[in-house]
Amino acid sequence: MTDAELPAGVERREIDGETRLATRGPPVYGEPTADGWRAWDPGRSKLGGMFELGFETGLSGGETVLYLGAASGTTVSHVADFAGPTYAVEFAPRPARDLVEAADPRDRLFPLLKDARTPERYAHVVESDVDAIVQDVATRGQAAVAVRNARFLADDGRLLLAIKARSEDVTAAPETVFEGALDRLREAYEILETGRLDRFHEDHLGVVATPR
Amino acid sequence: MSDTDDDAAEGWFASGSPAGTEAAGGDGALRARIAAGEADEPRDWPGLAVDSGFAESRDDYYDRLHEASVTATREAVRERERADDKQLVHAVRAMDDCERTANELAERAAEWAGSLFDGAEPGIEGARAVAERDPDGELERRAVSLAARVVDLAAERDALAETIERTAPAVAPNLAEMAGPELAARLIALAGGLETLAKKPSGTVQVLGAEDALFAHLSGRAPSPKHGIIYTHEYVRNTRPEDRGSAARALAGKLTLAARVDHYSGERRETLHEELRERMATIRARAESGNAGAADDTEGDA
Ligand SMILES: C[S@@+](CC[C@H](N)C(=O)[O-])C[C@H]1O[C@@H](n2cnc3c(N)ncnc32)[C@H](O)[C@@H]1O
Repeated sequence: MTDAELPAGVERREIDGETRLATRGPPVYGEPTADGWRAWDPGRSKLGGMFELGFETGLSGGETVLYLGAASGTTVSHVADFAGPTYAVEFAPRPARDLVEAADPRDRLFPLLKDARTPERYAHVVESDVDAIVQDVATRGQAAVAVRNARFLADDGRLLLAIKARSEDVTAAPETVFEGALDRLREAYEILETGRLDRFHEDHLGVVATPR
Repeated sequence: MSDTDDDAAEGWFASGSPAGTEAAGGDGALRARIAAGEADEPRDWPGLAVDSGFAESRDDYYDRLHEASVTATREAVRERERADDKQLVHAVRAMDDCERTANELAERAAEWAGSLFDGAEPGIEGARAVAERDPDGELERRAVSLAARVVDLAAERDALAETIERTAPAVAPNLAEMAGPELAARLIALAGGLETLAKKPSGTVQVLGAEDALFAHLSGRAPSPKHGIIYTHEYVRNTRPEDRGSAARALAGKLTLAARVDHYSGERRETLHEELRERMATIRARAESGNAGAADDTEGDA
């Protein structure tokens, strides 16, 4: 169903009798595995959903990545499996505890207990000119977080963003929320592609953007 | 100093020793910098670290960053979760204050409302009815407004209870599962924190909250209390009186272990919960076998 190419290190593999998106690495959350490949469930991962839906992510494998809203490491562990150095920012201690365990066996995954709204607090660790920012924070002010973190992104880098409508405003129509967020994003980014992730994640918009 | 050194000065590795002089990442100062450092703008830290001699190569740099970030974040998580136990203590104390104040104020509001309106009922529910009335004149307005404050306080108490339900399992997963979130929070509050609770002997945990009774006992005026606040736990309350001492001792023993696991490792430990269930089944089986009054106080700490 997808025309966009998957990055090197992400493949469709036969796992438990089904063809599934997968990466190679130590298992993290009890996902099914086969021959060292771990199934990547698009229903549990916005980025996985974006791959399944054929977004042009610009990722080809081996990139330097800044991941915002890493939670317990479900998605970012797959990212670290196919990307290069991967910085994972999460501000809640509980999920960060699991994130640390996911990062421990991955030597290019760097967990950071930080608030994505204050990049100064991790700019002394996260390098400049990363190739991609992946963001899934699902809290109010999602576009503002992406704008503030634009300083980390290389000029030709990609922002891969999931916006959850209900995190901004539970009463407003998702379309209205998305429009507002995209307007805010345009302060720092040029929008390359947008699409609803509803097949996997209700009321979420996937966005691919690049710095202006 | 070269420009490169100036630039590198803001990096997390600035205080670190050069490559090869010590175990990579095994440096407390580096971890502290990751946790507390800042920089206005990101830079090519891997390149600067190599130029400044901190790392031999980019690969070496990333190895050291991995080690330091995993350790620093693990420590930061522990520290934050420990700090969260203090928040839980505030929440549970605030909840009790709200409840007590709401009840006190409800009495006053009911008394006043009774003098103004027919059929005013006492208690929070009474206040709720009064708060919905349309007041007429300044005095009625005040009485109705006072009743509304009572309703607000009661709602705040409920909201605090919900917060405790949600946060206690994050602060102390085993203790919250075993005791229920509210009792877990109360035990932590009575001890003054999760760490102090984890360090108490189980005999003390058993009588936490029964300080008055314990004092009476120590001054020779009363028998030693068998349980403190853990009396509210189903395992104690719903055990027949002659077995309550054993039940309280078994429960306190496991609660103490749960607090220790929560403080020192933070992981859920199923065996603890199983062991307690089995122990309780044994104690309760005594009642069924008609073995009345057996063995209270002859059991060791479970
Ligand atoms: C929907 S979850 C992310 C799930 C994750 N991306 C995955 O697929 O595995 C959102 C996470 O973002 C975190 N978060 C929200 N606001 C944040 C902020 N300002 N800084 C860092 N993390 C944040 C939340 O604590 C939560 O763990």
